[in-house]
Amino acid sequence: MKGTNQMIRKIALSALTALGLVAGGSAFAAGGAGHVEDYDFSFEGPFGTYDQMQLQRGLQVYTEICAACHGLQYVSFRALGYDGGPHLPGDQVRAYAEFYEVFDEELDDFRPARPTDYFPKSGLENAPDLSLMAKARAGFHGPYGLGINQLFKGMGGPEYIASLLTGYTGEEKEEFGSVFYENKAFPGGWIAMSPPLYGDDVEYEDGSPAEIEDLAKDVSAFLMWTAEPGLNARKEAGFISVLFLIILSVLLYLTNKRIWAPIKKGKAATPAE
Amino acid sequence: MAGIPHDHYEPKSSGEKWLHRRLPIVSLIYDTLMIPTPKNLNWMWIWGIVLTFCLVLQIATGVVLAMHYTPNVDMAFASIEHIMRDVNGGAMLRYVHMNGASLFFIAVYAHIFRGLYYGSYKEPREVTWIIGILIFVLMMGTAFMGYVLPWGQMSFWGATVITGLFGAIPFVGEPIQTLLLGGPAVDNATLNRFFSLHYLLPFLIVGLVAVHIWAFHTTGNNNPTGVEVRRASKEEAEKDTVPFWPYYVLKDLFALAVILAIFFAIVGFMPNYLGHPDNYIEANPLSTPAHIVPEWYFLPFYAILRAFTSDVWVVIIAEFVTGGIIDAKFFGVLAMFGAIAVMALAPWLDTSSVRSGRYRPMFKWWFWILVADFFFLMWLGAMPAEEPYATFSLIGSAYWFGYFLVILPLMGVIEKPLEQPETIEAAFAADKAKANGGAGATDATPAE
Repeated sequence: MKGTNQMIRKIALSALTALGLVAGGSAFAAGGAGHVEDYDFSFEGPFGTYDQMQLQRGLQVYTEICAACHGLQYVSFRALGYDGGPHLPGDQVRAYAEFYEVFDEELDDFRPARPTDYFPKSGLENAPDLSLMAKARAGFHGPYGLGINQLFKGMGGPEYIASLLTGYTGEEKEEFGSVFYENKAFPGGWIAMSPPLYGDDVEYEDGSPAEIEDLAKDVSAFLMWTAEPGLNARKEAGFISVLFLIILSVLLYLTNKRIWAPIKKGKAATPAE
Repeated sequence: MAGIPHDHYEPKSSGEKWLHRRLPIVSLIYDTLMIPTPKNLNWMWIWGIVLTFCLVLQIATGVVLAMHYTPNVDMAFASIEHIMRDVNGGAMLRYVHMNGASLFFIAVYAHIFRGLYYGSYKEPREVTWIIGILIFVLMMGTAFMGYVLPWGQMSFWGATVITGLFGAIPFVGEPIQTLLLGGPAVDNATLNRFFSLHYLLPFLIVGLVAVHIWAFHTTGNNNPTGVEVRRASKEEAEKDTVPFWPYYVLKDLFALAVILAIFFAIVGFMPNYLGHPDNYIEANPLSTPAHIVPEWYFLPFYAILRAFTSDVWVVIIAEFVTGGIIDAKFFGVLAMFGAIAVMALAPWLDTSSVRSGRYRPMFKWWFWILVADFFFLMWLGAMPAEEPYATFSLIGSAYWFGYFLVILPLMGVIEKPLEQPETIEAAFAADKAKANGGAGATDATPAE
C-alpha cells in the first residue's frame, strides 16, 4: 500500500490548487522530465555499501572541479576520515583541510581549516550547495519521472547527478543576458551551469579510467556519501533489526499458538497465576 | 469498574494490603490486564496496540530529537543535518521518527475502517468512537506541525498552504491565521509555536488515549460478530471471553513484531521513500516549488478540500444562499473538516440494529466501495487540479458524504440482515468447526 501511494504521488504532477491557496501559484512551467540514465552504483540495493576508493576519487573530482563554484557546508573535514566514507588516514584529513581557509571569529581573521571545520559554502551565488543534492534530487525533483524506479532499479539522486554531468548536448542559447546550456537530464532542458566535465579533467593517482562517465559516476557516488554519510551503518542496523524481529516474530508466533491451543479446543481460559 | 463481571484483585500480603488501602494501583493494573476480552477477535483487532506503540515510539524518539533540534529559521535546517551527521544514532532516530508517523497513520486508518466495518461505533461505544476521532484530528495536527520543523521547502510551502485554509473562514479567518502564524506569513514565530505545539499535542493524545481505553473497557470490546458478551454472571461471561493477559498480549506482540520487521526494513533500506525530496532543500520563501504535495496520509482529505470549486452547483447554491459568505474556498475547508465530522456522527447516522457488517449483506458492498473511495481520493489528492481529476474528486467526495449521510441511514431501513449467532461462544465454536472441516471460508471479513 505504501509503495503504491508513493508511486502515485511521484507520478503526479500536482499543481497548486484551483482554490488559489497560494498567491502566485507555481513558479516554473514544467518543461518535461529529463532523461536519467540508470547507472550502477556499489551502494544500491539492501546490502550495497560505498566503494571507499570511488569516494576518494569522487572527492578528488569534487576538489579539483566542483569546489570552484559549489560548497558542501554541512560536511565536516573530519568526516572524510570516518569509516563508511572516503576513510582517509588522519594525517591526510589534516593535510586536506589545510587547503581551505576559514574565517575564525576568535582570531578575527582567516586561518587554514582544521579537521573540525566544515567545507565552505558555495563561492558562486547561484551555485547550489551540494551537501544534500543527491537526496534532494532523489525523486528527480519531485514528481518528475517514476519514483518507483528508486525501489526497483535503485535509481535516485546519484543517477540524476551523473546523467546531468554527462547530459550536455553542446547547444547553447542566450536569454536575458545569461547563457544556458542544453542538457538532456535537466528538467526543462536548459541549465545555467556550463559543462564541467569533458573527460580526463583530473588525473587519478590509482590510474583508474577518467572518461567523462567515470568522473561523473565517481563524483556522484561522493555526493551520495555527503548527503547520506551513514548509509553503510544504516543498512547494517536495518539488517540486524529485521533479522532480530523475524526471530522474535517466530518465537512469539509459537508462544501465541501454544497459549491459544486449549482455548481453540473449547476449554475455558485458566487464570494466569 | 463497571462492565463484564470478572475476578478482581485481592491484596494478600500485609504489604499489598498496606498499599491497597492507600493507592489501589496494583488493582488498577490487574483489572486492566485481566479484563475479559471476547475470544473471537480477529487480526484487525491488533491495531490498537500498534497505535499505542507508535505513540510511545514517537514521543520517545521525539524527546531525544528535541534535545538536538533548534527551532529557528536560520538554524533549524542545519540542526537537522547536525542530528543526521554528528549526533550518535541521530540518523536512525530521525528516520524512525519520520517513518513512525507513516506507520502511525497506516495503523489509524486500518483501526478506523475496522470500526466502520464491524460497527464498533454503535451503541454503547459512541463515546469511545468520538474520542477516537478527536485523537485522529490531533494526530493530523501534530503530524502537520512536525513536518514543518525540518524547515525544508515542503515544510515551508506546506505550512503556507495549510495555514492559508484558516484564512478562508469568513470574518474571523484572518485573525485566526495571524494568530496561528504569529505574523503575516510563515516565519520564525510560526516555527517556534509549531515546535511548542508539536511537543504538547502528543501528551494531549496520551490523555485522550487513556480515556479511549477507559471507555471501551467500560463497555467491553466489540468483536467480529458484534454480539455482546453475556454478562449475567461471571461463569457465563467466561464462556465468551478470555483475559487480556496472556492471550491477547501475546497475539498483539506477535503482530507488532511482524509489523516492526517491515517497518525497520523501510527505515534501514529506504528511509526517504515516503518523504518528499524537496524537503532536503532548505526553505526559501522566494522560490515556490513546482508542486506542493502533502504527506500521503493527508491526500484523501486534501482531495476533498480541492474538489469543491466555484463551478460546482452545491457551491453556487451555498454562495447564493449565504450571500457570498460561503465562497468556494471556505466551502472546500468546510468539506474537508465535514468529511471527518460525518465520521464522528456515524453512531447516529447508522440506523441498522445489527452491529457487525458480517451479517449485513448490502452494507458490505457499500463499505468496500467506501474503502476503495478512500484510496481513490488518496490518488486524486496527488493529482493536479485539472480535468478529469477535478470531476473524479467531486465524485469521490460525493460518495464519502453519501455513504455517511444517505447510505448508512437508509440501509437500516432497506436491508434485511442475516441471522446473527446467539453468543460469541457459539460463533467461536462454529468458526473452529469451519476451520477444522477445511471448508473454504467465503466470509468477506478481512485477515481472519
